[in-house]
Amino acid sequence: MSEPGTLLDKIWMDHVVCVPAGRLPLLYIDLHLVHEVTSPQAFDGLRVAGRGVRQPGRTVATVDHNVPTTPRGTPISDPIAALQVETLARNAKEFGIRLFDIDSPDQGIVHVIAPELGLTQPGMTIVCGDSHTSTHGALGALAFGIGTSEVEHVLATQCLPRRKPKSMLIEVRGRLGDGVSAKDLALAIIRQIGTDGATGYVIEYAGEAVRSLSIEGRMTLCNMSIEAGARAGMVAVDDTTLAYLEGRRFAPRGRAWEEALSGWRRFHSDPGAKYDAVVEVDACGLAPLVTWGTNPGMVAPVTGRVPDKSEAHGLDAAGVARMLEYMGLEPGTPIAAIAIDRVFIGSCTNSRLEDLRAAARVAKGYRVAPQVRAMVVPGSQAVKRAAEQEGIDRIFREAGFEWRESGCSMCLGMNPDILQPGERCASTSNRNFEGRQGRGGRTHLVSPMMAAAAAITGHFTDIRNWQFR
Amino acid sequence: MQPFRRHTGPVVPLDRANIDTDQIIPKQFLKRIERTGFGEFLFFDWRHRPDGTLDPWFVLNQPRAAGATVLVAGKNFGCGSSREHAVWALADFGFRAVVAPSFADIFATNCAKNGLLAVVLRPEEVGEIVKRATAAANYQLTVDLEDCRVSDDEGVSARFSIDEFTRHCLLEGLDEIGLTLEEEAEIAAYETRLARRRG
Repeated sequence: MSEPGTLLDKIWMDHVVCVPAGRLPLLYIDLHLVHEVTSPQAFDGLRVAGRGVRQPGRTVATVDHNVPTTPRGTPISDPIAALQVETLARNAKEFGIRLFDIDSPDQGIVHVIAPELGLTQPGMTIVCGDSHTSTHGALGALAFGIGTSEVEHVLATQCLPRRKPKSMLIEVRGRLGDGVSAKDLALAIIRQIGTDGATGYVIEYAGEAVRSLSIEGRMTLCNMSIEAGARAGMVAVDDTTLAYLEGRRFAPRGRAWEEALSGWRRFHSDPGAKYDAVVEVDACGLAPLVTWGTNPGMVAPVTGRVPDKSEAHGLDAAGVARMLEYMGLEPGTPIAAIAIDRVFIGSCTNSRLEDLRAAARVAKGYRVAPQVRAMVVPGSQAVKRAAEQEGIDRIFREAGFEWRESGCSMCLGMNPDILQPGERCASTSNRNFEGRQGRGGRTHLVSPMMAAAAAITGHFTDIRNWQFR
Repeated sequence: MQPFRRHTGPVVPLDRANIDTDQIIPKQFLKRIERTGFGEFLFFDWRHRPDGTLDPWFVLNQPRAAGATVLVAGKNFGCGSSREHAVWALADFGFRAVVAPSFADIFATNCAKNGLLAVVLRPEEVGEIVKRATAAANYQLTVDLEDCRVSDDEGVSARFSIDEFTRHCLLEGLDEIGLTLEEEAEIAAYETRLARRRG
C-alpha cells in the first residue's frame, strides 16, 4: 500500500513529466485557457523565438476582460481595447487555437465558460493568465493563475517548471444558515487567515458546509482562494461533481463517460493524508458579510459596524486610517447605515445561473432605490440565455436593474463599466482594492443576495430578514 | 533575460503593506499589446492627482526617485491579479530589485521571469532599511545574488534565501522555455502515455 495522499498529491503525481537534474519538476498542463489581456506578448514571444503552440487542442481562448456589455454588434469604442481583442483572434487563427470570440454563443468569462462547457474536469491541471483560475478547483482540478511569461512557456511546451506547493486543509464545520452563501464563507475565511494567510499553499476546502455546496457555490469559494494568497483552491470529487459534469459538451460520453467516472472518483484525499497546514472554520452562526476596507480581509457582519482603528487585525493604525479615508467611512458606523450608489452583480466569482437566481429571488416584486444604478452582467452567453428562459431577466428589468451582455465588466473596469470617483458600490466581485472598479470608486464585496437587497433599499440590509415577494 | 548578479543603487521606500497589482499598474494600461513602455504608468493613480497633475508628496515623484533602482515595501507586495504588466512597469521604470517581508506568489514568479529580483528579508530588517532610506535621500543598497546578501555602507548586512533554481536562472539570465524544450523526449513520452491512458 502506498502512503495516503492528498488530492493535491494525486494530481501532482499524475502530471510530473520528469525531474531534470538540478532543476524543478516539469508539470504537464492538461488545459490552457487564454484571454485577450495577458496573451498578446506571449504569442509575440513565440514568433520572436520561432516557436509554435505545442498542443493547440489543449488550448482554448475567449475574450472577456475588455468586451463591452452593451448589445453585441456595437463596435468597441476604445481603439486600444479593440486592437487587443482583434489580436487574440489573429493569434488564435495563426496558431490554430479554438476561440470563443465576442460574437460566439459560447463567449463568456473564461472561468465561467470552461466549467459550463465541460472543459474543466476532475484531476486536470489547468492554467490561465488570470489569478482567478483557482475557480476550476471546484471540480477537483489543480488550477492556478500564471503570468504572461508562463503563458508563453505553456504555449510552447505544454509544461511548467514548478516546485510542489504546500497543502492546506480548510475544514469548514457546520452548515451555512439561510441567506448565508459561499461568498460569505469565502470572505469569512479570508478574514480569519488574512490576505496572505495561504501564500505558497494550495487550499483544499472540506467539511460539511463545503460538501453541501453546489458546484457553482464551490466555484465561488475556490475563486477567492487567491484573495487569501493561495494560487489554487480545490474541492474533492463527489456525486455533486459528477452530476454537474454529465452531459456537458466537452465531457466524455457513453463508454468513455463510464471509464472517466471510475478514474475521477479517486480524486479525493485519503483518510490519514497529511497536510502542511490545517485550518478550522466554523460555518454556524456566520452572518452575511460586507467588506469595509480596501482589501478582501477587511470584513464585517452586516449586523456589525465599521471597526475603529484598534480593531483591524494585521494592519497598523496608519493603514486603517488610510483605508477609512479612501472608503469615506467613519469608525463605528453601522454597516447597515452605509448608503450605496451602484450595484454590480457579476464577475467570475458570482455571475453563474445560481447567483442570478438568488439575486432575482430577492429583487422579485421590488424596485431599485431611485438613487441607485444597478447592473446585472451574466458570466456567459449561456448563463444569459438560461436566465432569460427562466424569466430572470424580466424580474431584474422590471425591478429597474440593467440586464447586460456577458464579460468581466465592472469587476475590474477595463471596459466602459466603471465607477465614478467617490461612488460607492455593492459588488459581487472579488477585489475591493483602491480604484479597482474605477478611480476613486469605493467597493464593498457582498453576496448576490446582499447586493440585490442593497440595490432595493439603497443601503446594506440583512438578507436574513428579507420579505420575499 | 537580463542576468542579475550584484547590483548597487539608490533606494525608494514605499512603506505600505499589501500593495496590490491594481496599484502598481492600473487596469486602463493593460490594453496595450506590447511588453515595453509601462514604466510611465507605474503607480499611476498614486503618482497623479485626480486632476492629472503629479502629486509632489508621493515618493516616486520626488527627485530621489529619478535613477532609483531598489524599491523597499511592506509585506504581501504584488498581491492581486496575475498581470505581468506590474513587473514590466517596475522594470521599465528602472527598478532591478524589490525588497519586502513577503511577496504574493504569482508576482514573485513573474519577477523571476523578467530579471527583477524579489528579495525577502525579515520585517525588522526591512523596517531598518525603510528608516535609513527615509532619513537619507541618497541612501543606496547593494543586492548581491551570488552571496544572497543585502547591504549598505553603514552596517546593514542581511542574508536572504531564494529558491536555488530561480537563483540559478537569474544569475545566468537563462531562457527557461529553452531549458524545458531540452526535455522534449520526456514530454513526448509523457504525451504518448497520456494518449494510451485515454484509449
